Amino acid sequence: MQLTGAEIVIRCLQEEKVEYIFGYPGGSVLFIYDELFKQDQIRHILVRHEQAAVHAADAYSRSSNKVGVCMVTSGPGVTNAVTGIATAYMDSIPLVILTGQVPTAYIGQDAFQEADTVGITRPCVKHNFLVKDVKDLAVTIKKAFYLAKTGRPGPVLVDIPKDITIQKCEFHYPKTISMRSYNPVIKGHAGQIKKAVQLLLDAKRPMIYTGGGVILSDAADRLTRLARMLGFPVTQTLMGLGGYPATDRQHLGMLGMHGTYEANMAMQNCDVLLAIGARFDDRVIGNPAHFGQVPRKIIHVDIDPSSISKRVKVDVPIVGNVPDVLDEIIKQLEASEGKPDQKALAAWWKQIEEWRGKHCLKYKMGKDVIMPQYVVEKLYEVTGGDAFITSDVGQHQMFAAQYYKFDKPRRWINSGGLGTMGFGLPAAMGVCFANPGATVACITGEGSIQMNIQELSTCKQFRLPIKIINLNNGYLGMVRQWQQMFHGNRYSESYVDALPDFVKLAEAYGHVGMRITKPADVEPALKEAFGKHKHELVFMDFVINPEANVFPMVAAGKGLSEMILAEEL
Amino acid sequence: MRHIISILIENEAGALSRVSGLFSARGYNIESLTVAPTEDASLSRMTIVSVGSDDIIEQITKQLNKLIDVVKVVDLSEAAHIERELMLVKVRATGKDREEMKRIADIFRGRIIDVTESSYVIELTGNTTKLDAFLDAIDRSLILETVRTGVCGIGRGDRILKV
Repeated sequence: MQLTGAEIVIRCLQEEKVEYIFGYPGGSVLFIYDELFKQDQIRHILVRHEQAAVHAADAYSRSSNKVGVCMVTSGPGVTNAVTGIATAYMDSIPLVILTGQVPTAYIGQDAFQEADTVGITRPCVKHNFLVKDVKDLAVTIKKAFYLAKTGRPGPVLVDIPKDITIQKCEFHYPKTISMRSYNPVIKGHAGQIKKAVQLLLDAKRPMIYTGGGVILSDAADRLTRLARMLGFPVTQTLMGLGGYPATDRQHLGMLGMHGTYEANMAMQNCDVLLAIGARFDDRVIGNPAHFGQVPRKIIHVDIDPSSISKRVKVDVPIVGNVPDVLDEIIKQLEASEGKPDQKALAAWWKQIEEWRGKHCLKYKMGKDVIMPQYVVEKLYEVTGGDAFITSDVGQHQMFAAQYYKFDKPRRWINSGGLGTMGFGLPAAMGVCFANPGATVACITGEGSIQMNIQELSTCKQFRLPIKIINLNNGYLGMVRQWQQMFHGNRYSESYVDALPDFVKLAEAYGHVGMRITKPADVEPALKEAFGKHKHELVFMDFVINPEANVFPMVAAGKGLSEMILAEEL
Repeated sequence: MRHIISILIENEAGALSRVSGLFSARGYNIESLTVAPTEDASLSRMTIVSVGSDDIIEQITKQLNKLIDVVKVVDLSEAAHIERELMLVKVRATGKDREEMKRIADIFRGRIIDVTESSYVIELTGNTTKLDAFLDAIDRSLILETVRTGVCGIGRGDRILKV
């Protein structure tokens, strides 16, 4: 049967079992929206800004491991979506973004709402396509889903000119697809894995360092099994949190710029490092030259060869899918006669416990003024540690990562790579759709929340019971912290004057608003929000200590062991 | 170190900009870049000359391989190979210079492919250093115009870059 391009788009999405499209209509996608209207298998979630559509689809994927789908119109629809696309790209999130384009004959004519979508998005997608023939449409969408979720995942964009959506052709959706230019490696090299196992068994001061790759590949159970088999300490990056239970004794907490003292010291001083699905980025290992001063053997497991030996030279590279590689490591360890050196391990743990004894996340509790750390700790208690937490970017993000102990993967949803303010609220929306009935909180600040605050309207439309934890200190806190520490207390443009009354604002959108100013009110307010107002969106405006800073801290360009601790100031 | 990187890439619209965009976005250097379809019209072959440390060249080949449209990448300079570049030079050729120019072109095995009363166009093929040497050998003030294709290269003997 002959179908129009618009019908084909919808049929393809149905074939892919897409539940939700996050999007915003416009001229060039009208025919597709018309077909969307005529069916009820796929639900469209109308956002209030295209950036939010992409963030929502992104977090839908992060919290479910399904491919997120969004649709926007040509020109400004696309340019608004770019921040969202770049956010997903930096964190390797599988998305398919369908964009309208002006009719084929108008391309290059500076037509109304025309933009060079493929050109603009090229550096921030895994791949993109411009469909020039309706006959290519179905196979292109198939390729987009295939590329998005295989190998190192990422966003894939399909640009569809309006005339293509009305032309007709025979519809056939391919069951499978193969591309001669794209063959991601799955299994790790057996010889390399053997070398890695030997190094692990010979280690005196071993360390396991894991990142977002563990979460993305659903390898948390294997990681936990491997770590417990070996009895080695584990540290996780911001993107890796939840890959190993944070409440477990072997977990040293997050590492990096705002990592724990014990995690950073162990990372710096280990003799064998097993890096899994992590990429040694600047916020994680600080200055690579300083990191390289201590000799250690590094085993690096990653699906992307270009992540290996990019910033730090590794000794045993293993390219492959994390779960497959971990299975093989576990298998070889079980078959091996050697066991980890228990005596050396005990001495290493003794050293680690000494570092842990510094209690680097201690903070001074105020009597009259709320500390942000306290809010996150109480949130953890009130939600039983089992909520989905999204965040924006800044101090609140670090407090969330430090004080909310994630025991399960896919519970911590944040923009780690790009560091996108405005991510948190639309992300929470995406989480709600992927996990109906789940407890979802967005930890944010008064700076970040205002970058996508219009989504309070979307939340109302779809009755999303998100709890917004606004850590309001009146400053762009992380900027202020750097200005205080490195720019002689000159708070250049980091004070946000004329903030709205967030309680009234929440109410204006039809939600519940609360302002909490006293430490004693924190817990009761949270209980009320998650209890009495369980099914409503509650905007909790916590007025917090404006002086609070995030510690420990490795200043930019410094080494991991050169941390600034709270007590040193 | 100077490297000659050969790429087989799907002959799709925008393939060139994916490669050149990668180089500019990651701050890699391009000395020259040539591209044309191969005997299989669905594939283009690209030759890029780049300068960088071993680490950088390793990253370049990895990043190129990561591009979805790229089918194969080879660093030709890793083993025996042949490189060639074509140059057309338009020179002033009057008076005593006319004979001298012809002589130097002959020495470099260049061919004069266009002649007017006052100028020649000389065609010259060779590796980059040979073409540079020719330009150094003639009187610079006589050069009216030069155009070079950039380097293309191929492995010697059994080294074959094919799908």
